[in-house]
Amino acid sequence: MTPEQALLETQAAVEMITVVIDGFEVTVPKGTLVIRAAEKLGIQIPRFCDHPLLEPAGACRQCLVDIEINGRAFPKPQASCTIPVENNMIVKTQLTSPVAEKAQAGIMEFLLINHPLDCPVCDKGGECPLQNQAMSAGRPESRFEGVKRTFEKPVSISSQVLLDRERCVLCARCTRFSEQIAGDPFITLIERGALQQVGIYEEDPFESYYSGNTVQICPVGALTGASYRFRARPFDLVSVDSACEHCASGCAMRTDIRRGKTLRRLAGDDSSVNEEWNCDKGRWAFKYLTSRERVASPMIRGEDGELHEASWPEAIAFAAAGLKGKRAGVLVGGRATVEDAYGYSKFARVALGTNDIDFRSRPHSDEESSFLSSVVLGLKTTYKDIDKADQVVLLGFEPEEESPIVFLRIYKQLRKRALAVISDAPVASRGSVKLKAQLVSDISSISGLTSKSVILVGERLGEKVGALSAAVDLAEKSGAKLAWIPRRAGERGAIASGAIATLLPGGRPVSQASARVDVAAAWAVDSLPANPGRSTSEILHALIVNNLDAVVIGGVDPLDISNTALSQLLNSFVVSLEITHSAVTAVADVVLPVAAVIEKSGSFQDWQGSARTFEKAIADSLSRSDVRILSMIADEMGTPINLPTVAATAREIAALGNWDGAAISFEKTSTVKTLATEEKMNLTSWRLLLDLGTLQDGETNLAGTARKATARISKTKAEKLGVNEGELISISSDLGSLKLPVEISEMSDNEIWVPRNSIDSQVIANLGFVNGQVTVVKA
Amino acid sequence: MSKLTPVLSANWDDKDSFTIEGYKRAGGYQAVTKALAMEPDAVITMIKDSGLRGRGGAGFPTGSKWGFIPQGDNKEHYLVVNADESEPGTCKDTPLLLANPHVLIEGIIIGSYAIRANHAFIYLRGEIVHVYRRVQQAIEDAYKAGLLGKNIGGKGFDLELTLHAGAGAYICGEETALLDSLEGFRGQPRLRPPFPAIAGLYAKPTVVNNVESIASVPAIIKNGVEWFQTMGTEKSKGFTLYSLSGHVNNPGQFEAPLGITLREILELAGGVRTGHKLKFWTPGGSSTPMFTDEHLDIPLDYEGVSAAGSMLGTKALQIFDETTCVVRATLRWCEFYKHESCGKCTPCREGTWWLVQMLQDLEDGKGTEADLTKLLDLCDNIAGRSFCALADGAVAPIISSLKYFRDEYLEHQRNGGCPFDPVASTLFKTVGA
Repeated sequence: MTPEQALLETQAAVEMITVVIDGFEVTVPKGTLVIRAAEKLGIQIPRFCDHPLLEPAGACRQCLVDIEINGRAFPKPQASCTIPVENNMIVKTQLTSPVAEKAQAGIMEFLLINHPLDCPVCDKGGECPLQNQAMSAGRPESRFEGVKRTFEKPVSISSQVLLDRERCVLCARCTRFSEQIAGDPFITLIERGALQQVGIYEEDPFESYYSGNTVQICPVGALTGASYRFRARPFDLVSVDSACEHCASGCAMRTDIRRGKTLRRLAGDDSSVNEEWNCDKGRWAFKYLTSRERVASPMIRGEDGELHEASWPEAIAFAAAGLKGKRAGVLVGGRATVEDAYGYSKFARVALGTNDIDFRSRPHSDEESSFLSSVVLGLKTTYKDIDKADQVVLLGFEPEEESPIVFLRIYKQLRKRALAVISDAPVASRGSVKLKAQLVSDISSISGLTSKSVILVGERLGEKVGALSAAVDLAEKSGAKLAWIPRRAGERGAIASGAIATLLPGGRPVSQASARVDVAAAWAVDSLPANPGRSTSEILHALIVNNLDAVVIGGVDPLDISNTALSQLLNSFVVSLEITHSAVTAVADVVLPVAAVIEKSGSFQDWQGSARTFEKAIADSLSRSDVRILSMIADEMGTPINLPTVAATAREIAALGNWDGAAISFEKTSTVKTLATEEKMNLTSWRLLLDLGTLQDGETNLAGTARKATARISKTKAEKLGVNEGELISISSDLGSLKLPVEISEMSDNEIWVPRNSIDSQVIANLGFVNGQVTVVKA
Repeated sequence: MSKLTPVLSANWDDKDSFTIEGYKRAGGYQAVTKALAMEPDAVITMIKDSGLRGRGGAGFPTGSKWGFIPQGDNKEHYLVVNADESEPGTCKDTPLLLANPHVLIEGIIIGSYAIRANHAFIYLRGEIVHVYRRVQQAIEDAYKAGLLGKNIGGKGFDLELTLHAGAGAYICGEETALLDSLEGFRGQPRLRPPFPAIAGLYAKPTVVNNVESIASVPAIIKNGVEWFQTMGTEKSKGFTLYSLSGHVNNPGQFEAPLGITLREILELAGGVRTGHKLKFWTPGGSSTPMFTDEHLDIPLDYEGVSAAGSMLGTKALQIFDETTCVVRATLRWCEFYKHESCGKCTPCREGTWWLVQMLQDLEDGKGTEADLTKLLDLCDNIAGRSFCALADGAVAPIISSLKYFRDEYLEHQRNGGCPFDPVASTLFKTVGA
């Protein structure tokens, strides 16, 4: 079938309906609502409760129009947001029907009688659908002379969302969003008549990971974000399209800047990725830049052991001298942009002459290295495959916690058509409960997958020996589509850029001579190192045993890797490229300040492998992207990498293109079963969306809605330990311990789950590992 | 000759009319035996043929409603009885349930059998606890007598009947709000389509009928279509309960053929309060436009009342004599609708809020003639613009009172306040009447 034939077939499959609106014919797919069909003609029917991604409510009545079908007119005007088009339908909107026009004017007048008209002090003033539509459909002066409804204001419905009830027009967008899109029906309309209001269930506050969307879709200023309230007027803001740096979901974002400062971030529109939503972390966690001490200028560690400010030439020269001719490795955090990761990759190979580079600042394994360098870049699974999937399998992956927009997409299909979800988690997270996931203990026990099934593998699956191999086996056997969804925004791009020992940019295997020649030619160097490179843990180990002398580190928190990582850096020459002072800068020999996402341009690759490019939000920022600084060091070392700007880097990446030779084959590992003994329990952990992650620093309102850390164990185990729900238990390994309150859950008796990086539960720091055997006793 | 045709109320004078024995002695539970021997579709046809129309207000043919339930769809079907009687002035279902609950239960069994429902619900107004207890007892007795539960009458028909008390919201008398409330949600009207016949209670095909409609079924089954059609008018067949209240000497329920006039009923009720004359009245509760003494001879059937510009509604005849201030009465009604507006849609929620304030000003003599124009314009912006019919009911007394008593509104302004003595209209008045 040719693409044209396929297109025709799709069109034939959808019945098309032709309606006449205000005298103009428009043809739309069956099921289209009248209000939407009118939009296609450019006819704007005013509305409040209507939202294209929510189920119709018909509550505000602002969109009343006159409708006639087969010559029979409805006796009264109808809400165009609730009525699907039909053949032989004639619609008259406010433009051609005096009845519709008066009906709409009447509704607008009613909406305003109890609205405070405090636009001059309202956050929404200037971007308010009520204000705008009151200007177009309202009367110049109110006929209402009575007493307005008043409420105490504001009510906080969570630590981050505030409600001014008297402004609310009761459109129910927020409550419908929470129920229909996020699956968190924690807000609802309560009371009745004009005293109806949005309320919370007192025992279950509005702690949804998606609550910020309600602020964004509120058509008035009733819901406001605590962090943005009274901070700015919309017309003083400069809006810049951007991409989210928090995870690999790939949300389109809008960043609003005033005089060089980010005031707020909003979800951008991208129907193929985040539709119109984002998560609260993406929306509100942007204060990390300013919360901790920003590295203001380059710094060099002096003879006194302290860091001192230095000029750029001094610092660059100092770094270059420390690296030149030395055996050095490169550690790139998982949050680098594609361009920066490419810079690190090229810097390692050209300036340092090594393949010792790894982007994984987290637990990792050789099996994972093989998986990442052979399988990942060939994966073509997308959000659309989730939309069409017959089953979704989650392996080492909690979408709501680790890639929230992936969760929304699965949840959407669950609501629409009861999509079946399977998860290998040992205990049901709240996300799993919402997805009605069937929990399985063993990947090999999953059956019944088809070519329409989707297997979503999280980065944590690599922590279990043989699990990635089992996942690939499962996909190969069933023909199911496979996807790898890392937690961080930069990881997929880092692989594509060759910020890993086994790969050069574009997926070219280091082990292939032709690939090395290819890249060497493009980079105009004689040759590239051929010897196998080290992984993150091997680089750290090499530093302590003096097999390496120096290391370049960008955006790495050592505690994400292991509780010994920081100490392993102590005796080496450390070049740190950082935004703010951190554990690494504290031991670094030279610190070079770099730009944060809003201060630079660049791109991420989301989990689908799609580029999410963004421009500088702060146009006149003096901060430089990592790649620019690496290029300066390389120049100083006499081994230039010629990447003076992000744009030049992007051009070079495009020119280089992708490897068209054979990929490395995945070396599978067989599964090793770890059986818990009577005394020990198997510990599993994952990160919660809102936790102690450094990118959430400084946003206390957001932190207020983080889920409290608990240790989840079975009822039988709790009874054996003699603890009740909420009582403390002590969990210990050879390296340390932590204390958490118990949450009794349905799970196997030898399993225990704790959050990985939350308050009172920092697993790597406290226990020394993320998964393993622990001793549990009543505290 | 008495114009009354007591059927539902025939045994109300019996001391044990509400017991299963009393009901059986009066001929009860004979229709159910007859119905269970018929094909379900034949029962539906019979009710269709009888011309029985919904007694809850809208007058939709009951048999047709039953016929809308898709059969052979392998889904549960439900019969839900709307016993959320809350309309100001309406008091027919409450006395019926108090005096003769078994006639409803018998109707429910027949109706459920006809639409092939194995679970029926009575959604009862929560405030009438005494009725709740009585109906609950009647249901228990019916279970004990094998009239509910498994294999009813040995005919292989199973039926569970659940009595549910509302929590005091007028809106829950609206059938889709009732279903939401019955499902455990807050009662607010649902978007239609889907209609309850397709996706009602728990998204299953559901019939929602008024108490009196269902209670009328056993008599039709027992006595036949021809018998039923001997009563009533051409398009409004049968008997019905008229409830008379207000300034009449003998208020109460009067069961008569559809088409009787107020003049005839008033005669039966001993006339308007002695020494007074009729000023205005509602044909079917406060949400139906009011009538005056010009309308005494209008036939009280669906067509007759409609032709005169109102609605038969619940046949709640509220009688007001000349001591009553129509502005004050209208204000009271409007306050009721403001209080009961569920808040879902704008015109009802905001409109009633505004109307009450305007009516209060008019009643206090602070309104102007221009305010009357504005008031009517607001009513025009509310009626037919709201999500459900509650708001239509809210404006009906305003529009109709302005139609008949415009000058009385103006008199308030001229007088600098209400020209009436409110005590005079009370039934406990001592002076001034």
